[in-house]
Amino acid sequence: MNAFKNARHLFRVAAVFVVGGLAFVGVRALLVPKSFGQYGHYRGNAIAEIAARPVNYAGHQACEDCHTDVLEKKKSGKHVHVNCEACHGPQAKHVDDPGSVQPVKFDTAVLCVRCHEANIAKPKGFPQVASADHSNGLACDTCHQPHSPAITAGETTGGTK
Amino acid sequence: MPGVEGFMYPNEVELQWSVLIVLYPFLTGLVAGAFILASLERVFHVEAVKPTYRLALLTALAFLLVAPLPLQLHLGHPERSYEMYLTPHRTSAMAMFGFVYLWYLMAVLLLEIWLDYRRDIVLLSQSATGWKRLIYRLMTLGSSNIRERALAIDERIGWLITLIGIPSAFLLHGYVGFIFGSVKANPWWSSPLMPVVFIFSAMVSGIAAVMLLYMLLTWLRKETIDMRCVDTVASYLFYTFIIDFSLEMLDLIHRIYEADESFRSLDFMVHTKLYMSHIVVQILLGTVTPILLLALTQVLRLGEMARKRIYAVAGCLTLIGIFAMRWNVVIGGQLFSKSFLGYTTYKMGLVTREGLLVAIVLTVLPLIILWVLVKLLPPWPEKSSGSLPDAAPVH
Repeated sequence: MNAFKNARHLFRVAAVFVVGGLAFVGVRALLVPKSFGQYGHYRGNAIAEIAARPVNYAGHQACEDCHTDVLEKKKSGKHVHVNCEACHGPQAKHVDDPGSVQPVKFDTAVLCVRCHEANIAKPKGFPQVASADHSNGLACDTCHQPHSPAITAGETTGGTK
Repeated sequence: MPGVEGFMYPNEVELQWSVLIVLYPFLTGLVAGAFILASLERVFHVEAVKPTYRLALLTALAFLLVAPLPLQLHLGHPERSYEMYLTPHRTSAMAMFGFVYLWYLMAVLLLEIWLDYRRDIVLLSQSATGWKRLIYRLMTLGSSNIRERALAIDERIGWLITLIGIPSAFLLHGYVGFIFGSVKANPWWSSPLMPVVFIFSAMVSGIAAVMLLYMLLTWLRKETIDMRCVDTVASYLFYTFIIDFSLEMLDLIHRIYEADESFRSLDFMVHTKLYMSHIVVQILLGTVTPILLLALTQVLRLGEMARKRIYAVAGCLTLIGIFAMRWNVVIGGQLFSKSFLGYTTYKMGLVTREGLLVAIVLTVLPLIILWVLVKLLPPWPEKSSGSLPDAAPVH
């Protein structure tokens, strides 16, 4: 009985730990979403929430339904397999309302180098240039037509790829 | 590309782990080392190191409180870090480290300090005034029983906690080594020896830090340095350092003999980009020199002042050497390409979130916390601290 009395402070510190543990369990129950772990190590409801978000990309077929001339031009060039929205950005709103929502025209000096800036890690066969040396700040579409970028006889010369 | 030589994969050009991730194992190592030094007195009954016992515990606590801050500052969303405790992913080494950290902080360090200081806390709660009295009273948890029998129970439980604390300290810092050693994609890190090397280097840095702090604080208090204590601590530092150096050399010899596909690349890096930090600072200045200095004190009969100076120099060099070791592991492991054909450069920011200034603040912060802890819970014998009244059992 005496030993119990002399160890009372230890029971108190144990009680602090128990209260701390219970507080943790309580906070955890409060903060962890109910659907956590439903499918995996994430919030199950996240899937439905993401699925319910508005679609931003229209898909290349939607573009091609109207812009048949561009489609024809692309077919003859190296960018035939590059999706329209890869360069033009998400265009679902434009497809829904082509009259009032117009795609923003990009600065090709910035856009093209995203893929074509020279980098030693890129495959050797991939067209790439050191843009500062290659065009000296000129917009790429001064010489290259983005939908069919190869320069053919009769067009402005100056580009190499 | 500036700072890049040869072939680097695009995701290797910029270092993801900065000087703060160097600081994290350094701080954690000091915690583990300081605790293991404290355990010498408690478990192994090395009476000579008793003057450093409480200081070692407070040092461990001060550094442990700051240890996760470099990680927090490294995170993109530090405000989400608590989720690691709410929904831990069992396959994440870092998530599990959160629990190791919590276990060590709550179940080992705080409990041991509380039990060891309980008598002092009770007495201070009666003698202190103002807000300090409130803090001490809170710390007593409402129990002012400091009868001999109650203190004997504390002593026994404290011994048990220290006993559990030793493997916990090994686990804490071994785990830091494991986090690096288990990265199989990085040949500079991937080694089962990594946790062991980390543990011993932690012991070395922790012992050196407590030895320096003890000498510095005693000098500041204008008290006499207990040379029997410092000599014993220095001899433990010497022995641990020899084991640590042997393990690192074992790792090196193993790498040289094995000479796998990464060897030429790593060897080139050690002779070029890492030459100064690895060969000069870590090995020559931070390991061989302090070992030789400490060996001098073991072999020669030197005077007290000479020994003090040697211990101070060896202690500082040891800390520099261990920091360089963390630097070479963390930064060195990110300077070469997985292609083994290229090298990048680490450019440290100055006033950025993970820059030099923050690193300096995080190095000084534990010392400020330690200063507060020392003021609150004096680790000195009662007669010299003068802050405790005579023991008077309270019911």
